[in-house]
Amino acid sequence: MAVQLEFLKRISYFSGLSLADLESIKKLVSERTADRAETVVLEGEAAANLYFVASGAVRVFKTSAEGKEQILSIVRPGESFNDVPIFDGGPNPASALTMGPVLLYGIKRNDMEAILRNHPQIALNVTKVLAKRVRQLVSLVEDLSFRHVINRVAKILFENIRGETGHGPRLTQQEMAAMAGTAREVVGRSLKTLEEEGVIKLDRHRIIITDKEALQKIMEVPE
Amino acid sequence: MIEMPIIDVRKCDGCGLCVSVCHCNALAVVRKVVTIIETVKCDWCTDCEAVCPTGAISCPFEIIIQES
Repeated sequence: MAVQLEFLKRISYFSGLSLADLESIKKLVSERTADRAETVVLEGEAAANLYFVASGAVRVFKTSAEGKEQILSIVRPGESFNDVPIFDGGPNPASALTMGPVLLYGIKRNDMEAILRNHPQIALNVTKVLAKRVRQLVSLVEDLSFRHVINRVAKILFENIRGETGHGPRLTQQEMAAMAGTAREVVGRSLKTLEEEGVIKLDRHRIIITDKEALQKIMEVPE
Repeated sequence: MIEMPIIDVRKCDGCGLCVSVCHCNALAVVRKVVTIIETVKCDWCTDCEAVCPTGAISCPFEIIIQES
């Protein structure tokens, strides 16, 4: 399958370029397909490509020495990942795993530099993409370092236990995130931590509180 | 009947991203709208909810206390 010009036209990086410009860029874009759960970028390795997701979705995450995972972002069609090492020359700052079958468009580091030199007008587009990324990451840093989100998640769980009548609100991770004033990714991590600590058990669509006292202790820790 | 993710058809634009990430084939695009196919294989991974760009899918949790 050939790289689609129509797709390149819709990518933020290349917004405003003429068809002739896009044609010349297209020659530097390579295709890569991957199945579900394939690691397409590994944290710490030398960066080879900047990727655009043409179809499917990719999860970008960091892994701690203990194997804990923190999702940084979910990359959808039209969006890019692994931009930073392409521009600063360092190793991949995070890993990327496919969430299903994906089609990726890749551009090599040297080629991206050439594209920027030959089409300086896209520098502003790239700056906007990177600025948006910085804003999103700053917000995540704030959540992870200053807010005791796990206390709030514990409180939300406690306050929304199904009553004896069998009725009670059912909450999505997105709703819990909105209630805790944080990102969905941080709620996902908090639920995993609570499960690892034996406080709750995730059983398909049920969150079973297995240690109510421990949950109460966590929610009472002052912020 | 088993619990399955919920689709808000008014929000669904039929992009099919959720179908591509669903590992148990519980989702399909039918006439440009995502439809749920009931299956016990759905393990509530919530990836469909996470990727949906329009917020049309929800995987809500029921919170209960374990019977002692």
